[in-house]
Amino acid sequence: MYTEKVMEYFTNPKNVGELPDPDGVGTVGNPVCGDIMRITIKVDGGVISDIRFKTFGCGAAIATSSMVTEMVKGKSLDEAMKVTNRNVAEALGGLPPNKMHCSNLAADAVHLAIKNYQERANGEVSGERRLEHQCEHVKSN
Amino acid sequence: MRRVYLDNAATTPVRPEVVEVMTEYMLKHFGNPSSVHWFGREARRGLDRAREQVAGLIGASPEEVVFTSGGTEADNLAIKGTAALKGVQGKHMITSAVEHHAILHTTEYLEKQGMHVTYLAVDEYGAVDPAGVAHALRPETILVSVMLGNNEVGTLQPVKEIAALCREKGVYVHTDAVQAAGQIDIDVQDLGVDFMSISSHKIYGPKGIGALYVKKGRRVEPLAHGGGHERKRRAGTENLPGIVGFGMAAELSQKELPQRRQHLETLRDRLIHGILTNIKHSRLNGHPKHRLPNNCNVSIEFVEGEAMLLNLDLMGIAASSGSACTSGALEPSHVLLAMGLSHELAHGSLRFSLGRENTAEEVDYVIATLPGIVERLREMSPLYVGKE
Repeated sequence: MYTEKVMEYFTNPKNVGELPDPDGVGTVGNPVCGDIMRITIKVDGGVISDIRFKTFGCGAAIATSSMVTEMVKGKSLDEAMKVTNRNVAEALGGLPPNKMHCSNLAADAVHLAIKNYQERANGEVSGERRLEHQCEHVKSN
Repeated sequence: MRRVYLDNAATTPVRPEVVEVMTEYMLKHFGNPSSVHWFGREARRGLDRAREQVAGLIGASPEEVVFTSGGTEADNLAIKGTAALKGVQGKHMITSAVEHHAILHTTEYLEKQGMHVTYLAVDEYGAVDPAGVAHALRPETILVSVMLGNNEVGTLQPVKEIAALCREKGVYVHTDAVQAAGQIDIDVQDLGVDFMSISSHKIYGPKGIGALYVKKGRRVEPLAHGGGHERKRRAGTENLPGIVGFGMAAELSQKELPQRRQHLETLRDRLIHGILTNIKHSRLNGHPKHRLPNNCNVSIEFVEGEAMLLNLDLMGIAASSGSACTSGALEPSHVLLAMGLSHELAHGSLRFSLGRENTAEEVDYVIATLPGIVERLREMSPLYVGKE
């Protein structure tokens, strides 16, 4: 059901963990859906200099998390904001259809971490950003 | 690579004895049991014998066994076949919240046609309270369907008690015994049920064949109309290779049941104990005592089921999970949620279902392998932070 690439990233994920003293933090997902992704970033001169992820979720959730960290590391914030969930799935050679919306949130988590960085830089917030992703398929919770 | 199959609740390997008799009924005794000639008579003999073998497994008379295409069709025949006979509009059925989808999706279909259905709640172990059945019975109730052993968590239901109180009210009882058959002693007389579904491929027989027990004097309206096969309860030329294979599997299961049960229970308890003692923040799902001999269902906190299954698979271990991610379903297991588990615990469930060929050494391999997998996934899990 998964491509070889997905299995490769699932088996040997890169950039696992949490950065100490991060510049931006983004958490998306919802335990109800079965997927939560937490991204921490360091920003240096408008560029994502370091990034780590922690993910509770299925194979696709872990693989996309790992992939997105590789795709945006060393990229400018503008470039990183342009990476979409779809790009991440494509880089993995595709995901099964039922995984496309529920486990494919890694780019959202990166975008959220970047927004969090920007808000912190502007003095708007000091904490982290968290987005309770609404899973449409979960009835009446 | 080493391969350990622990998904026997999904399906079982077909036994060589079964394959042998099936082959014979394809190559040699290929006749149509309805034919008058020698070929037909040979086929008829095989059909009759298989019916006796299957009846023997559940303490029924041969004429009470209706062969179907499997457990799902047997469930459908009991439920829709009763509704078609007794009416849908304004009628009422009772079932439980933890039934197999072959029951639940059938009653949901009937609800759309105007049937009223009560879905009985279960306790933390997944068991139905017979008092709940008594409370739910109405004058319009035409059928009560409660499974014998749960396919996900293994909990055994008090079907005998339920059947006794329904009998007092003259309400018929169906039980889905697809998982229980071949594992625990079943006697339809003693249980007191009117209908029972069983399946061949869960007891080392072929797929595509099952049976509905229909107690003498009870009727069901057929789902498909055609010839007068199966005493006009299931039209269509009999799947004879499947039927004789099912018969052989049933006979072997009956013969081996006491040893098989003991073997499975020993392995099950070893596995449950090994997992719960070696993995912190893990819990058993289902009843600790009143459960199917082959079922070990656990929830591992802070990790998701499919991720564990993929890792187990990489180590050659085949299991299953109630996580939404594994079945193509979008919701985690309705059984675990009905038992009051959080979504998170339901997503983190693992089901190991043992079979007659499993060994203590294989169980120990799982016990040795799983903790490392869990540890690795927990290191990745944002939920695990600070829980060590």
